[in-house]
Amino acid sequence: MRKKHYYTCINCPLSCSLELVEEDGEILEVTGQECEAGRRYAEEEFRDPRRMVTTTVRVRNGILPLLPVVSTAPIPKSLVREAVRALADVEVEAPVRDGQVIYRDILGTGADMVASRRLDRLD
Amino acid sequence: MAKVRKPDLVVIGAGPAGLGAALAAREAGLRDVMLIERDVELGGILPQCIHDGFGSIVFGETLTGPQYAQRFIDRVEKADMDIKLNTMVLDLRPDRSLTAVNSRDGILEIKPRAVVLAMGCRERTRHQVLIPGYRPAGVICAGAAQRDINIEGLMPGRRVVILGSGDIGLIMARRFTLEGAEVEGVYEIMDHPGGLTRNLVQCLHDYDIPLHLSHTVTFIHGRKRVEAVTVSRVDGNLKPMPGTERLVPCDTLVLSVGLIPENELSRRAGVVLDPATGGPVVDERMETSVEGIFACGNVMNVFDLVDYVTHTAEVAGRAAAEYVLRGVARKPEALRVRPGRNVRFVVPQLLRGYGGEVSFYFRVSRPERAVRARLVTGGIPLAAKRARMVRPPEMVRLRADPERLVEALSRGDLTVEVVPEDEGPERQG
Repeated sequence: MRKKHYYTCINCPLSCSLELVEEDGEILEVTGQECEAGRRYAEEEFRDPRRMVTTTVRVRNGILPLLPVVSTAPIPKSLVREAVRALADVEVEAPVRDGQVIYRDILGTGADMVASRRLDRLD
Repeated sequence: MAKVRKPDLVVIGAGPAGLGAALAAREAGLRDVMLIERDVELGGILPQCIHDGFGSIVFGETLTGPQYAQRFIDRVEKADMDIKLNTMVLDLRPDRSLTAVNSRDGILEIKPRAVVLAMGCRERTRHQVLIPGYRPAGVICAGAAQRDINIEGLMPGRRVVILGSGDIGLIMARRFTLEGAEVEGVYEIMDHPGGLTRNLVQCLHDYDIPLHLSHTVTFIHGRKRVEAVTVSRVDGNLKPMPGTERLVPCDTLVLSVGLIPENELSRRAGVVLDPATGGPVVDERMETSVEGIFACGNVMNVFDLVDYVTHTAEVAGRAAAEYVLRGVARKPEALRVRPGRNVRFVVPQLLRGYGGEVSFYFRVSRPERAVRARLVTGGIPLAAKRARMVRPPEMVRLRADPERLVEALSRGDLTVEVVPEDEGPERQG
């Protein structure tokens, strides 16, 4: 069955309104984009939408109670909430280096969660 | 009486603007740079902006706020400066002398040879948007909620209504949702969103959070804690329309209703402010109306991208260093740079003709498609750039060639305008 999907491109301020037509999972057509990036974005949004994950984990003995973390690569959009939930139970010990791996291979996506800042120990 | 300190330069504020300016000044050869920050750590507001999307212009990659800050903090810590954390500047005077205070030094009297203002901006509050109702707990500005959730580990509420579709409000809609709260919706009084489109898509659409344009909050219910808000549709004059009220139960109202450059110290120093930007009137070296006092970043006008904050900081830091080291005095004559068709404001507002490329930053008044932004004098364009789309939340940067600008100096004041693409002659370069 033929189906239409609508996306708003996030690659530039132009924010094209994209229309993707598919039949049984096969992309037939993308319209509405002003450039190639728009077509690629629509295809990725349809086939495998991905997002970066940013959240915080708890810290023991740090100058602050929380450490911001970021994924090393975008993960499937459908797993973002679950990833954040999994990280809610994580606690690390200060000090933490910028870029230190906090959680390996989050939900089997292949992406690690790393510290997005340095966090000193409270003395 | 405390001993008077006499550094070459004092930078007030250690967010992205202050860090960038202090570094640029050091790299331009200034030896004695003092960086004053009222918070307990460097980075300004960036450490609480844990989402990504920073730095695509400056670093060519997207970073989180803490990562963007960390790169500058690492460099500043190696750069040998006098960093005063936990220190509040109480007064800045027209002769550039200032008084600051902290718990270690007590009162500090400082007489630097130059000053860079990098105090950033602050949030507009409930009082500035005049929402009727009681004054219960649970009304919070979006940036304050961001600090609570991302730095302090506190949840300000469980059932949230957001007023205003500025970027911080949109980002907090997602953040509250990911932390397990329910976000009922985002209400925006204007008929267009206040934040960047990429935030609308990634923060609202991804999580099915509704955006109600042409709506506002008309009453806050609850005596001790917020119990609900009344929302209403507004007409073309932004007046709530009777009969359109709807009661929305919630325990928290998050306000994302705009940012105001923080210029209390600038005013005390006698710096002339531009009513359109809320920040100092500056020339292309980011020098204010008071000689030797420079400004950069959000204290000057509220930018959408931190990358632009860093650019203005580099200009200001370098100029302050030149002023101190080589005594480059301010040129007395200046051309005005005025906002023209569909332009709300432009910085810098003055051009004195020091030479070198100049970036003009401006915001449009209304969204428009297929346009050309241009800098003109006497009907002659000096710089132009095409844009398929311009929107009020997204600043436009227009770079002008040094030679063309020097040529302009004899021709009189300049205007930055946005015109339909097919209108007017194209006389570039």
